[in-house]
Amino acid sequence: MRGRRLLTMAGLALGPLLVLAVFFVLPVSGMIGRGFVVDGRFDVSGVVDVLGRPRTHRVLWFTVWSAGLATICSVVLGLPAAYVLHRLAFPLRNLVRALLLVPFVLPTVVVGVAFRLLVGESGPLGFLGLDGTPVAIIAGLTFFNVAVVIRAVGVAWESLDPRPAEAAAALGATPAQVFRTVTFPALRPALVSAASVVFLFCATSFGVVLTLGGLRYSSVETEIYLLTTQLLDLQAAAALSILQLLAVTALLVLAGRLRRVPDPTVERRTARPRPVRRQDAGQLALTFLTLALVAAPILTLVLGSLRAHGEWTLANYRNLDSVGAGNALLVPVTSALVTSLRTAVDATWMALLLGGLIAVVVSRRSVSPAERRLRSTLDGIFMLPLGVSAVTLGFGFLITLDRPPLELRESPLLVPIAQALVALPLVVRILVPVLAGADDRQRQAAASLGAGPLRAFATVDLPLVWRPLLAAAGFAFAISLGEFGATSFLFRDEHPTLPVVIYQLIGRPGSDNFGMALAASVVLAAATALVVLVVDRFGTRSLGTF
Amino acid sequence: MRRIPVAVAVVSAALLTASCSLVGSGDGGDDDTKVVLVTHESFVMSKKLQKQFEDESGYDLVIKASGDAGALTNKLVLTKDDPTGDAVFGIDNTFGSRAIDEGVLAPYAAKLPDGASTYALAGDDEHALTPVDTGNVCVNVDDTWFADKGIPEPRSLEDLVKPDYKDLFVTPGATTSSPGLAFLLATIAEFGEDGWQDYWGRLMANGTELTQGWSDAYEVDFTQGGGNGDRPIVLSYDSSPAFTLDGQGGTTTSALLDTCFRQVEYAGVLAGAHNPDGARALVDFMLSEPFQEALPDAMYVFPVDSSVALPEDWARFARQPEHPFTVDPAQIAEHRDEWLRDWSDVTSR
Repeated sequence: MRGRRLLTMAGLALGPLLVLAVFFVLPVSGMIGRGFVVDGRFDVSGVVDVLGRPRTHRVLWFTVWSAGLATICSVVLGLPAAYVLHRLAFPLRNLVRALLLVPFVLPTVVVGVAFRLLVGESGPLGFLGLDGTPVAIIAGLTFFNVAVVIRAVGVAWESLDPRPAEAAAALGATPAQVFRTVTFPALRPALVSAASVVFLFCATSFGVVLTLGGLRYSSVETEIYLLTTQLLDLQAAAALSILQLLAVTALLVLAGRLRRVPDPTVERRTARPRPVRRQDAGQLALTFLTLALVAAPILTLVLGSLRAHGEWTLANYRNLDSVGAGNALLVPVTSALVTSLRTAVDATWMALLLGGLIAVVVSRRSVSPAERRLRSTLDGIFMLPLGVSAVTLGFGFLITLDRPPLELRESPLLVPIAQALVALPLVVRILVPVLAGADDRQRQAAASLGAGPLRAFATVDLPLVWRPLLAAAGFAFAISLGEFGATSFLFRDEHPTLPVVIYQLIGRPGSDNFGMALAASVVLAAATALVVLVVDRFGTRSLGTF
Repeated sequence: MRRIPVAVAVVSAALLTASCSLVGSGDGGDDDTKVVLVTHESFVMSKKLQKQFEDESGYDLVIKASGDAGALTNKLVLTKDDPTGDAVFGIDNTFGSRAIDEGVLAPYAAKLPDGASTYALAGDDEHALTPVDTGNVCVNVDDTWFADKGIPEPRSLEDLVKPDYKDLFVTPGATTSSPGLAFLLATIAEFGEDGWQDYWGRLMANGTELTQGWSDAYEVDFTQGGGNGDRPIVLSYDSSPAFTLDGQGGTTTSALLDTCFRQVEYAGVLAGAHNPDGARALVDFMLSEPFQEALPDAMYVFPVDSSVALPEDWARFARQPEHPFTVDPAQIAEHRDEWLRDWSDVTSR
C-alpha cells in the first residue's frame, strides 16, 4: 500500500521534475559551474573571495530589506482590497479586479518610464522628491506585486465558509476579534504563500531597481546582470547566484513553517458577496488608496499615448500596424501582439499541467513524517526558478542546451517553457492551499463507494479546484504576456513578443517611436485586463451551478 | 457540475490553438543555405535589404538580436565552442579587444570602401573585425531653453561642473548603457586615468542625474524629449539634432562637439561558424552601398563609406566632431572592469 502511494507520487512528479531538470537545473548549474573553473582548473577560492567583499554584503542587505518592505506594503494594501473585491458586492467589481492585475504584466521599462513621468522632478508628484530614492523603488515594487496578494488571498477568502465567522460574531466577538481568531488563521496559508511569492518577485526585480533608483542602488539581481553582461566576472556572478539560491531556500523553509496549520481542512463554500455596510469604510478607504497607487502610473501612460507633437491624437495607435519611424522594428506591433497571445496560451497550459500535477502530489495527506518532508521539499523545489536571475538562466540556456539530445536553444518552445517556469510557482501556490483544504474523508468516501482515483479526483477535487484553477490560468496568462527577463534572451527575431517590441521602440530616437511604445503598452494592459475579465466571468458562471 | 464538460471543451480548444506558436517555426532551409547573424537589440535591417541580400547571395538570412554590445560580446565569449550563428554585427570599439583576445572571431579581410580603413580597430592585425558604421556620443543641449533663460550654453566637459549648470545634466549610467560607457571613456580621455574620478565626483556634486538607459534620459528627463523633462543638457549622439526639427527649417538642439567619444561598430565572421562562406558574404553586403546608405535612417549612425550620400536632414543638422576623444582599445580591454567598478563607487556615494 505504502509502496504504491509513493510510486503514484513519483509517477505524477516525474514529468514536472524532468522539465525542471532540463530547463532550470542544467542551465543554472552550467552557468554557476563556469564561475568555479578558472583557466581550466576547479577553483573555489575565487568564489569564496567574492562572498567576503563589502560590496557583496551591501548589495545583499539592500535586496533583503527593500524586498521585505515592499512585501509588507503589498500585504498591507492587498489584504483589505482582497476582502473588498472578493467578499463585497458593488457595481463594476469585476472591472476593478481586472484593472488591478494590469500592473503585473506591464514591462518594467514602461512602468519605469511611467513612474518617472509621475514622480520625476518635473512630474505632477515631483514635489515629493521621490525620484531616485528607495521609496520610489519600494512604491514601484508594490505597484507590481499588490495584485498577487489581492488575487491569491481573495480567491481563498471567497471560498471561505462564512458561518464560523458569523457564529463568532453572534457570540459577541468584535469584527477585529473575528478577524484575528477565525478569518486570519484560515487565510494564513494563502497569505503566506502569496507573500513568499511576492518577496521572490521583489528580490529578483531588475528594471524597477535600476530605473527608479537612479543607479544608486544595487540589488543582487542588478549586480549579477552587471557582472555577467558587462564585466564577464563569472566568479562573482556565480557567488551571487549561489547566495541567491541559499537565501531563497531559507525563505521557502521559513514560509513552509509559517504556512503549516494544525488542520488544513477548510470547509469550502462560496459565500454570496454581501452589500457594502458602514463598517467596511476602513477597508474601502485602503482599497481606494491601492487603486490610486495602481491607477496613477497607468493613467500617465494612457495620457502619454494619446499625445503626439503636442496635440491630442490617436496617431500613436494608428501607427501600431507599422514598423515604427525609420523601420525601428522588424515586425509591426500588431503581429507581436498575436505572437504574445499565442505564446501565452502555450505557457498557460504548460504551467497549469505541470503546476496541477505538482499541486496534487504536494497536497495529498502524508502517512509518515518522512513522506511529508519529501512532499514539502518537492513543493519548494519548484519555487526556485523565481529566485534565480533571468540573466543566469538565459546565458545558461545558451551554453548547456546546445548539443543533442538537448539541442533546444533554437526551439520555438523555449520561450513558452521559460514563461511557464516563471508562472509555475504561482500556479502551485494558488492550488495547494485549496487542495490541501479538501476534506480527505470525502475522497475516502468516494473510494469506498467504488470510485477509482481518477473518478474520486473528478468528483471531489475538481469541483473544489475549478475556480482557483481559473484564477491560476488567468495569472499564468498574464505573467506570460508581460514576461520580459527570460524572453528577451530567448525570443526569435521574426517572432518577438509585445514587451520585447515595446522595449525596442522605447530605445529608439524619435518621439513617434516613444508614443508608439506607450500606445503598445496600453494595448498590452488592455489585453491583459480583457483576459482577466473573461476568466473571472467564466469562473463565476461555472461556480453558480454547484 | 454540468458546466464542467463545457469548460473542458473550451480548454481543449485552447490547447489545440496552442500549437499555433509552433507553426511557421521552421527557419527554412538547412545549414548550407542559411546564414545566421548574431547581433544586438538595436540592429535594424529593412525587409527590402534582407531580401536583396538573400536574392544576391542565395542564402536565407536569420537574425538573432538580443542584449546590448556588452551582452552580445560576452554571449559570444561564453558560446565560442559552439557559436549560435555564423556572423556577428555590433561589437563596438569598447568591446572589440575582448572579442579578439577570447578568439571569438575568424580572420576575414573584406574589401573596404573609401575611407573605411580609418575606422579599423587599433591592434586588430589579423582583420578579425570589419568596420561598418560610426557615430559619436556627445553631450546635447536644448538651444531654445538656453536662449529663453539667457544663459550661455556649456561647451566643454569642464563646463558641466560649473554652478551655472547645476542640476541641468542627465546621462545614462556607464554600467548599464553603451553610450554611458562611451561618455565615461570621454572623461577618462580628457582627465586622465587618475583624474576622472575627481571629475565625476564634482559632476555628481553638481546635481547630475543618472538613468538606466539612453531612452530614460532623453525621453523622460531631457527638455526636448518625449515627456515634459526639465533638464536641458543630456548625453546623446551627434546625429540627435537631426531628430528635433522645429518644422521651420531649423533644429532645437545641438551636440557639443568638444565632448564626443567616437563609437565604431564592427562585423565579423565567427570562429566555428557552420556557414563561413555565408558569413563572409554577409559582411561584404554590410559594406555595400545599399546597406551603407540605409544606416543613418535605420540605426542613427554614419556609414563608414565616405562616398555614400547622407539623408538631407543629416547633411544639414548632424555635424560630426573633427577630433573626438579616443582611448586605446587595448587600454580599454585592460582597465574596463576596474573603471566600471570605480565609477559605480564614485556615483553611488
